[in-house]
Amino acid sequence: MNPGRRRALRVLAGTASATATVAAAPAHAARAPKTVPPEAMGMLYDTTKCIGCKACVVACREANDLAPDVSLDGLHQAPLDLNGKTKNVIKLYKEGDRISFMKSQCMHCVDPACASACMLHSLQKDETTGIVSYNPKYCVGCRYCQMACPFNVAKFEFDKAVPKIVKCELCRHRVADAKLADDGGFSRYTRGHGPACCEVCPRGAVIYGKRAELLAEAKRRLAANPGAYVPRVYGETEAGGTQVLYLSHVPFEKLGLPDYGPQGVPHTAYTIQEGLYKGFAAPVALYAALGAVLWRNRKKTGEGGAEVKP
Amino acid sequence: MSSHPSVHREVGGPLLTGSYRVLLAIAALGGVMMLWRFAAGLAAVSNLNDGYPWGIWIAFDVVTGTALGCGGYAVALLVYILNKGEYHPLVRPAILTSLLGYGLAVLAVTVDLGRFWELWKVPVYFWRWSHSPQLEVALCVAAYVFVLLIELSPAFFEKWRKSPDTGLRSFAEKGLAVVKKSFVWTLALGILLPTMHQSSLGTMMLLTGPKLHPLWFTPWLPFLFLVNCVIMGYGVVVLESHAAASAFSRRRETEMLGRLSKVAMGVALFFVAFRVVDIVLRGRAGALLSWFGVAVLVELGLLVAGALVLMSEANRRSPGPQALAALLLVVGGTVYRFNVYLVGFRPGENWSYFPAVPELLITFGIVALEIALYVAAVKTFPILAGEPAPARA
Repeated sequence: MNPGRRRALRVLAGTASATATVAAAPAHAARAPKTVPPEAMGMLYDTTKCIGCKACVVACREANDLAPDVSLDGLHQAPLDLNGKTKNVIKLYKEGDRISFMKSQCMHCVDPACASACMLHSLQKDETTGIVSYNPKYCVGCRYCQMACPFNVAKFEFDKAVPKIVKCELCRHRVADAKLADDGGFSRYTRGHGPACCEVCPRGAVIYGKRAELLAEAKRRLAANPGAYVPRVYGETEAGGTQVLYLSHVPFEKLGLPDYGPQGVPHTAYTIQEGLYKGFAAPVALYAALGAVLWRNRKKTGEGGAEVKP
Repeated sequence: MSSHPSVHREVGGPLLTGSYRVLLAIAALGGVMMLWRFAAGLAAVSNLNDGYPWGIWIAFDVVTGTALGCGGYAVALLVYILNKGEYHPLVRPAILTSLLGYGLAVLAVTVDLGRFWELWKVPVYFWRWSHSPQLEVALCVAAYVFVLLIELSPAFFEKWRKSPDTGLRSFAEKGLAVVKKSFVWTLALGILLPTMHQSSLGTMMLLTGPKLHPLWFTPWLPFLFLVNCVIMGYGVVVLESHAAASAFSRRRETEMLGRLSKVAMGVALFFVAFRVVDIVLRGRAGALLSWFGVAVLVELGLLVAGALVLMSEANRRSPGPQALAALLLVVGGTVYRFNVYLVGFRPGENWSYFPAVPELLITFGIVALEIALYVAAVKTFPILAGEPAPARA
């Protein structure tokens, strides 16, 4: 084995082991878990209170200026799921005589996969309120956010030549400059400024406020009504925690809320990506190593031009 | 000419043959479908939906297309890093297929992006850059297309310096000198960039978390994608060489390809062993008994079959089995990429995806354009190595 080749193998072996070390990093230097923003806003939905009137679906449409979705029968607004025209939907779960309604919209994850997927922070989590917002100005329409979202919330206008991503932004445009005020122990915006779905709900099945207060309220309900609920607040820890919380009398999986475990979805990908590219040191080192090997080997291969003696 | 003759020669001959017109027609049909897509939106031509937002354009044209374009990377590793100068004649055609593979992947991305007109902001608005693995892929692939152009430029310059136009001649001489001087650092980039973005293509699907089936979800995904692209790169180089030999009646490079195939066999067996050990160590072997397990068996089975063909030295020395093995390796590598991006991706029971006809026509059009450009390039510029074969009986 000639010295050049030996050296090349050494460099390659070194690079490979460095790569392996970083790739194996999840076990050791994992990325720190994301924490709930200080003033995180959210919602609490309680299946035992919802009567399925869908007033929230209509209110959402009006508040967000969304075209009516009459795709079901050409007459009634009855979207079957979230879609490019629907940011909030009520679905029915029925199995035998056990039924439950389910409200779907963006969960506003503590560690949002959609925002982690987005190249130019078109989807971005607010550092204070934790609202995951969308700004089409920097969106190339790649739909990686849709691939990443574990709740299939982000939707896309596939039928438009100039499409956008469509998802609940917790009515952040209504909040604008409104200040939070105390409303019976809850921090709420003045009427007309909160999320439209919560303000219109006749049963208080979905309420909004600070996540910490909503979580306390959810636990109070669990304690006060033992047996009425699955004894867990979905979103407290699931997928790293969400700012929209759920109480349910049927198993959460039946409502499309799988048991995702306490780790944020971006955890593995980001531990590797941020580990490999930290300070851009590894690519620079690899470039230098490759350059050194190529420089040493250049005589043997007869380069520069792409010519070689037969 | 320089002191020693270039080993590369243009094939020559007429370009607009019958089969070439067919290629152009398929490409044109794809072009019409693209116009339709830009005018009417993605739903008009594709079956892409909110559950499966990525379909065949991403899984094949981009994720597989760039891997098929890894011939330049895989051969450069062998020739310049492991110092195996004897494979040198394979470099230039490999670089050409790489440039076409990557260039047309960029075209496919433009078709796929819903808001493609905002794409220029990605490299420019650096202060908004996130740590998304896709950002790494986007920037890196764009940069690599330029590096491949520089790597291939000697083929153009060598042609132009024989031109009757003195201006073009002196431009070609200057260009050759610059490329020669910067050779080491350009080539180092040509190896660094695919190492980065091919692994990042694996990292990308880690972000789909629970939606990617555990048979494919592993922290080693970036590493597996890197090894996979090397296997596919070698496979494509072998196939391309045989195809060019058949199409243009040239002497076959069987001996050299045999040695290259042995390397490919080793890498493929390593990949299979690594996949199996990883699945077992993560405690997912039980999932092999499901339909997803069948997909894994197909993916690994094709690679093993390709490697088995190459086990015999007699097979490695004859063109037929060589090409068959290369095809098995390329298809096996492709199935792996499809498995990660489509088969193993599970958005939920309510969603399904199979490409629509216009969607497929766009992909076919891009492939046809790729072949047409390859033929035009090797007929016009000194890219293929060696002499035409003597006239056959």
